[in-house]
Amino acid sequence: MRPVFVPRDLDGVWEAWDQEPMASVYAGGTDLLVRLRAGLVDPPALICIERVKELKGVRDEGEAVFVGAGNTLAELLADKTVQTHFPVLAQALQVLAGHPIRHMGTIGGNVVNASPAGDTLPPLYVLDAEVEAWSRKGSQRIPISRFILGPGRVLLKAGELVGGLRIMKRSGAWLHHYEKVGLRKAQACAVASLAAILKTGADGLVEEARLAWGSVGPTVVVCREAEQTLKGRPLCTETLRDAMTVVQAAISPISDIRASASYRRHVAGALLLRLSLLKGR
Amino acid sequence: MMIHFILNGEETEIEAPDRRVVDLLREDMGLTGTKESCGMGECGACTILVDGVSRLSCLMLAAQLEGRSITTIEGLGSKEALHPVQEAFVEQGAVQCGFCIPGMVLASVNLLGENPAPTREEIRKGLAGNLCRCTGYQKIVDAVESAASHLQGKDTP
Repeated sequence: MRPVFVPRDLDGVWEAWDQEPMASVYAGGTDLLVRLRAGLVDPPALICIERVKELKGVRDEGEAVFVGAGNTLAELLADKTVQTHFPVLAQALQVLAGHPIRHMGTIGGNVVNASPAGDTLPPLYVLDAEVEAWSRKGSQRIPISRFILGPGRVLLKAGELVGGLRIMKRSGAWLHHYEKVGLRKAQACAVASLAAILKTGADGLVEEARLAWGSVGPTVVVCREAEQTLKGRPLCTETLRDAMTVVQAAISPISDIRASASYRRHVAGALLLRLSLLKGR
Repeated sequence: MMIHFILNGEETEIEAPDRRVVDLLREDMGLTGTKESCGMGECGACTILVDGVSRLSCLMLAAQLEGRSITTIEGLGSKEALHPVQEAFVEQGAVQCGFCIPGMVLASVNLLGENPAPTREEIRKGLAGNLCRCTGYQKIVDAVESAASHLQGKDTP
């Protein structure tokens, strides 16, 4: 019988890890238990961190917000602080899987799983989220774009787990937008997705733009050139078509069971056109 | 390691921490109302309620049940007195092969607990994690709509 630890606090996690140094850590189990059943992993023990109290909750720290890694996707979707300050993340959570999965899966798990199609990742990139890696010795903050190395690969050392995410609030009025195209609306991995936050001036011209795409590369793809294309211009179809050309030239998506590379490239660009419908100030 | 939880209202004790909850329910406890279809979180057939919230029993291990209260389809109503959602599924003819129905009913109970008067669109979104290959969903949505009216004390449409 494989031991399964369900610690209620961090000390319990470290103790379980001392007993079983080769144990796999999971929270919601929506990724690990699939791989376990398929025989892709066979850890000697499991540590389920879904009830670790230090990993729960969303804390407004003034200039920044701390989001505990152990929050389920449903808990974050219902959270007022997330809804108010990070609508782009809330929009992504709304189209992530379906209710039962959102009741189980956690934001920390979505980050550590580092799927190219992870729905929360493009929003976390445009929001410049920092990942807090916790170990017995302390914690360190790593920008998400450095933390995620490739599909399923992250910058976690032995004895570290993701404690949470720290996201700075943004001053001024920003437009938030997330859209994903999948083969059906729920329970489907993205064929391509776009997270965008934009700041426009009183004249309606774009002052700042942050764009990130999911499912069109091994990790989330950002495109500074496309962001620059929007700067100083009105958010109209003409501007967006220019940015579309830029991003389509910059990305090199793959073909897989869900979509061909050329369709992904088309959709990744076309998703930008929706930004013309956002209402500026 | 003994695990204690409440299963359909009864105190339960088991000793199989690494057992998948769906196997525990079906194979060990004989509660075959919970179905396993995909076994990987895609279909919702194995939905159960954990402290009233829908979760997938194929992606949970028994150790995670410690101290929780579990409801399976067997615990929702009785043969003599069906739960209003079950009643509505029967009345509206929302069932064809029936394999997805236990999960569909439990997901509906969870949905109506959070939103007692959902629109048809909200019902569709609320049940989007539960797949049905027979019905085309129309009559399932009809049933949930009807159950909502009934639970709110209105006449069924």
